[in-house]
Amino acid sequence: MADASSKFIDDLGGTSAVARLIDAPISTVHSWRTIGIPQSRLAHLRLVALAEGKAPPDEAAINAEREDLVASRKTVSPAPAPTPGRYPPGGQAFPHRSLLGIGHLETHEILYLLDEAEQWVALNRQPKKHTDRLAGLTIINAFFENSTRTLLSFEIAGKRLGADVVNMHAAQSSVKKGETLIDTAMTLNAMRVDAIVIRHGSSGAVQLIAQRVDCPVLNAGDGQHEHPTQALLDALALRHALRDRGRASSDGMLNGLKVTICGDILHSRVARSNILCLQALGAVVRVCAPPALMPAGIEAMGVTPFADFNAALDGAEVVMMLRLQNERMEGQFVPSAREYRHLYGLTPERLARAAPDAIVMHPGPMNRGVEIDSTVADLSDRSIITDQVEMGVAIRMACLDVLTRKARGVEGWA
Amino acid sequence: MKQTRPLIITGGRVVTPDGVRPGTVRCVRGRIEAVGQIEAQERDEIVDARGALVAPGLVDFGVFAIDKPAFHFGGITRAALMPDQSPPLDHPARVRFAAASGKPDFWVHPLGAATVGLEGAHLAEIALMRDAGARAVATGRRWIADSGVMLRLMQYAAMLDLVVVTHAEDGGIAGHAAATASEMATRLGLPSAPAEAEALAVARDIALAEMTGARLHLRQVTTRAAIAMVRAAKVRGVAVTAGVTPAHFMLSDLALKDFRTFARLSPPLREEADRRAVIEAIGDGTIDVVASGHDPRGPEDKRLPFADAAPGMAGAETLLAMVLTLVRDGVIPMERAFDLVARNPARLLGVEAGELRPGAEADLALVDPEKPWVVDSAKMAASAGNTPFDRQPVEGRVTALWKGGVRVGG
Repeated sequence: MADASSKFIDDLGGTSAVARLIDAPISTVHSWRTIGIPQSRLAHLRLVALAEGKAPPDEAAINAEREDLVASRKTVSPAPAPTPGRYPPGGQAFPHRSLLGIGHLETHEILYLLDEAEQWVALNRQPKKHTDRLAGLTIINAFFENSTRTLLSFEIAGKRLGADVVNMHAAQSSVKKGETLIDTAMTLNAMRVDAIVIRHGSSGAVQLIAQRVDCPVLNAGDGQHEHPTQALLDALALRHALRDRGRASSDGMLNGLKVTICGDILHSRVARSNILCLQALGAVVRVCAPPALMPAGIEAMGVTPFADFNAALDGAEVVMMLRLQNERMEGQFVPSAREYRHLYGLTPERLARAAPDAIVMHPGPMNRGVEIDSTVADLSDRSIITDQVEMGVAIRMACLDVLTRKARGVEGWA
Repeated sequence: MKQTRPLIITGGRVVTPDGVRPGTVRCVRGRIEAVGQIEAQERDEIVDARGALVAPGLVDFGVFAIDKPAFHFGGITRAALMPDQSPPLDHPARVRFAAASGKPDFWVHPLGAATVGLEGAHLAEIALMRDAGARAVATGRRWIADSGVMLRLMQYAAMLDLVVVTHAEDGGIAGHAAATASEMATRLGLPSAPAEAEALAVARDIALAEMTGARLHLRQVTTRAAIAMVRAAKVRGVAVTAGVTPAHFMLSDLALKDFRTFARLSPPLREEADRRAVIEAIGDGTIDVVASGHDPRGPEDKRLPFADAAPGMAGAETLLAMVLTLVRDGVIPMERAFDLVARNPARLLGVEAGELRPGAEADLALVDPEKPWVVDSAKMAASAGNTPFDRQPVEGRVTALWKGGVRVGG
């Protein structure tokens, strides 16, 4: 961490304040807390501090710190693979051909994927972010439902591993011409791809395709059922956040962590996968939604349902907000966006009800000013929303790597 | 084909409404002439039942397709055809055509569409359809949302003394749901609706039946709440009857596991408590009819993501075997099983069949109630194998079938 840079940013009023003052993106300013303030910006910031009547930066310390960090990053090598002996040997560690949902996984298999992802987190922070591990393999991202972030994340993950990545958008595909899902799947299969990443609007669609193809299938979201890589990346982001706060557990679990998930639980695959994943890792999960957006029998999944967001936040150590789709806040489920914000928006005042250092998460894309206020989303010390995105690439690299080991003939996996 | 030679079935156990007893059934010119201890006459064709049940041919109330091989396999000699055809049975000519479509070895009793195009807005030509052969009117796969239309339909049907067959699901609540709101639907992330959608529709339709004096048949009641309403209405003397298909007393929504589209039904499978309530209602007589709901659907309708698949099951072949499980479990005696699948539906349709009594049509089945077999969706007689009972071992099979005194397939 860049302590001198962080201190100066805090002196100026925090990440958002600095971003506003110098007209820079919040994420940029936030990143300086990790990588140090670049020299090119430092002169500008000195003038800003002067104009605002704040203490000038300790430029010597900031420059020294940045150089140290740059030097150390150059020598970073990918973290070693998970501790030997902790998991069953070889392919037994993850014996599934496909990743269809968290519901199919054992806790140690979830931990294995998280541990595998750490090496890719490290790699992705290096200037040169490329391996040839999946060189020669073809991965198709078949997205039957619109997506920007998840598609991009999978595409980057595949490319960083050296695979040939092809994106198929349903809007441009033969699906529009009436071809059935099964026929599409068989077509992809006949092209001898090595992995298929699928997003589809119907629950169970990915499983249906997985039954018909010969290669691993990764579920990138099926209807309202599961979105396993999202839950895994959230767990990884949480693990890192706890580590940064000195609260990491040695076994990688999230035992006893109080997590509140709030939003459109009914229609959310993110919520379902997260409930399963967080609970498998030992977290205590509360869910919060207006009654019309709370699915029946959710208690049976081991969570405590709340309609009152204030009560749900009481003592929460993690607050995970879900996106409410625009069409659902026009009177069908919720009267209006502002009424939703009134009852379920995560405002600074509401966040104060949670534990003092509560972590704020959102799978994106955010409706700023609806389910989450900008000030909360941009709290550099609380919000890990951008870390979630970062972890997404690493998790997807880990999944692609692990699931293609058999085909690649990796020893112990073939 | 008419029966030319008298038929006498001896050595069987004859199923009558009062019980099962050893006896003989003699049929002449397509009708049952005598039941009991009777002697064969010269020229009679004699069939030795060898201890099998001699039962009425099944009358299947509410099927979606005429699928003779499946019906004959299941011992079904008559079926009430739902108006949900393409095009719908909302015109006398289509009703007349459907009514003749199975003869001679299978009789179709069309249910006329209650409203034009089954759209729930304008009354169809019900009297003309009745005279063309419609045995009742039905709302089809959906309910009629507009209570005013439903009221006028009931009044009109009461005047014509036609049974109104309804689908009991409040469409506003059911929407595009593919499952009952429950833990299972939540885990699978399926669009679901609360089971109370059924009770709401049943409550309204019973109120309208009570008001108009119309005869109401709820084709499928599948929830405890709706069953309680039917039970109470019967006590009050409302002319209401209720049916169900075997899926709703054999299976709960756990069958949806792994997104099995063969378990995608309408109404959707319910939770276990409701399944038990259905069995109880069959036992105490609240439910009058068990029907197959036969709706064969090929891969183009079923090999799809669950919510995108069409609802419906191929049920004709398994109907009797499933009802016999209730006899084996002591829920109902044997003769009551045949009330559910033959006598009661025949009475609803107003046809002279469904029971073994002199004067009735000679629709008979020989049934070996213990014969074991395994349901196999790959080897069904039906035009498609979409059964939720695939690979299930069952007992009870029809070994011979007569329609109007003429051996089917013989």
